[in-house]
Amino acid sequence: MISLQNIERIFQVGDEEVHALRDVSMTATDGDHIAIMGPSGSGKSSLLNILGLLDRPDTGSYELDGVKVSELDEKEQARIRRHKIGFVFQFFHLVPRLTAFDNIALPLMLAGMKQDERQARVTAALAAFGLGNRAQHRPDQLSGGQRQRVAIARATIMQPSVILADEPTGNLDRNSGIEVVEILEELNRQGITLIMVTHDPELGRRAQRQILMVDGRIEREAEG
Amino acid sequence: MQIRDILSFSLLAATANRGRTLLMLLAMAIAVSSVVVLISLGDSARHYVIDQFSTLGTNLLIVLPGRSETTGGPPPLLGATPRDLTLADAMALNRARTVRRITPIIAGSAPISVRSLEREMLVLGSTSELYEIRHLALSQGSFLPPGEPTRAEAVCVIGQKGKKELFGNQPAIGRWLRIGDRRFRVIGVLSSSGVSLGEDLGEVVIIPVAAAQALFNTSSLFRILVEATSPEGIEQTRKSILDTIRVRHEGEDDITVITQDAVLTTFDRIFKALTLSVAGIAAISLVVAGIMIMNVMLVAVSNRRAEIGLLKALGASRTQILGLFLTESTILSSIGAGIGLVLALLGMRLAAFLFPQFPLQLAPWSSAISLGVALITGVVFGVLPARRAADLEPAFALMRR
Ligand SMILES: Nc1ncnc2c1ncn2[C@@H]1O[C@H](COP(=O)(O)OP(=O)(O)OP(=O)(O)O)[C@@H](O)[C@H]1O
Ligand SMILES: [Mg+2]
Repeated sequence: MISLQNIERIFQVGDEEVHALRDVSMTATDGDHIAIMGPSGSGKSSLLNILGLLDRPDTGSYELDGVKVSELDEKEQARIRRHKIGFVFQFFHLVPRLTAFDNIALPLMLAGMKQDERQARVTAALAAFGLGNRAQHRPDQLSGGQRQRVAIARATIMQPSVILADEPTGNLDRNSGIEVVEILEELNRQGITLIMVTHDPELGRRAQRQILMVDGRIEREAEG
Repeated sequence: MQIRDILSFSLLAATANRGRTLLMLLAMAIAVSSVVVLISLGDSARHYVIDQFSTLGTNLLIVLPGRSETTGGPPPLLGATPRDLTLADAMALNRARTVRRITPIIAGSAPISVRSLEREMLVLGSTSELYEIRHLALSQGSFLPPGEPTRAEAVCVIGQKGKKELFGNQPAIGRWLRIGDRRFRVIGVLSSSGVSLGEDLGEVVIIPVAAAQALFNTSSLFRILVEATSPEGIEQTRKSILDTIRVRHEGEDDITVITQDAVLTTFDRIFKALTLSVAGIAAISLVVAGIMIMNVMLVAVSNRRAEIGLLKALGASRTQILGLFLTESTILSSIGAGIGLVLALLGMRLAAFLFPQFPLQLAPWSSAISLGVALITGVVFGVLPARRAADLEPAFALMRR
């Protein structure tokens, strides 16, 4: 359960103030599938960053599963990110020197899980995302679609309740893009809340709720 | 995070970027090896000098005629030349309770000849006690016979090298040699104990002190060696020597007493100070290496901004990032220090090979020093970059610009 109330986010750029988010309120129930759309610079990524605790709002409150997370300190926020939130980015953000296996194992490693315990979980994840024979490949040896699948495997390895995806298909060709979206939708069907920023209206329509942002505001919301 | 994971993650990160890292490792290696080499040289020199002094004997006091300026007190009156130390003075010292044995010494150089062979050698006039006091050893025959030091028996003990030069491979015991115009019978040959503080015992001829007095036509002693009964007795002995001689010399303090301990501790202090200051100078190169580490790490942080943002997104806290980057800089400095230690070892081996007469070796705590230096440098110069990494805002770090 996610609840944003009157979120403002203002960036100071030189002498100018940029209102990235203006009075944004929204809620999402568990298992929702939400598409966030809107023109470039309208605040979609800013909203996702607030939802993912990667950024703090200037005003407003954020409640996640009944906890006022906007009031938590840095360490506790890191714990929430680790256990409840999975991120998928447009540019994959895989660590270039690590293999697919080690990239997927990263969250488990940061959480302090022992190596032998990680082994089974990561191997299962690799198989589940069709990467069974790519375990020891580094990112530069993988195609775009494979990289994004590694990223999704990494985002879900801690069994989060929410996946936040910022234009996950933005860097992929059409077929790989559809493949990735289908994987995300499948995860959503299994009960994970999926919030995805996209420029592609067709992808947006597949979501059960569409939020349209313009100039830092939620302009309109549609169910479909 | 598991320690093992922190180490392997940081090691991989530290070694991923070769060119820049290599240069920095070189700087660190040179810095550490110069520190270790200089400390080792200083330490070797200290050991050398102290060993040399220890071979003199144990609980040793040396009495010299004349007052040393460093002992303080009023300067001698105009024209008051110091009285000679005499054999009687030496014998008088024997009466103190804390004195185990004494031996007088007269030294001088004289031509030694056997038939037509002639060599200039150091002649020491002494007594049988010299054998124990100086820890001498014989390879053949016996030492000067005990007895009244005033008896000038015509016998001598010669050094190993002198024996070779004068008698070749022939047996020397029982043969006669000439010192100046006097004849002496060889009764013993020293074993080769090498150089001891400039006195080459290989080329020495030891004769009874009374014989030396006659030979050099003098009654004054070069010095008196006194062995105290115990290390605790040394100070007491020093006082009683000064008292005895003062009484015998009409109230004048005109001798100098050097205790071996005092000399040893002075040398020890001087060498330690010297070693430390030289190492301190070498440590400046460590600062240079440290700044290079800092630079490498700062570049790494700005190159890997996205990665840091990602780690935070995956649930890494500020402290975790701080730890990862500190580990990385410490791994870098440790690898550099390890290479430096090996370089230092090779350097000292080479020096020992080139100068075999000196006991040159790596100081025993070199590896501890390098490890300590590596940890301190890595942490001190890694703090700034690591904090910069830890303080990155994740949303900002993940932005593609
Ligand atoms: N760290 C920042 N510093 C200054 N301004 C920022 C920062 N992040 C975002 N902004 C500004 O906030 C506004 C919203 O940016 P945001 O990235 O949320 O837009 P977006 O909808 O995701 O755009 P796009 O579709 O291009 O990704 C923009 O005007 C942007 O310039
Ligand atoms: Mg965006």
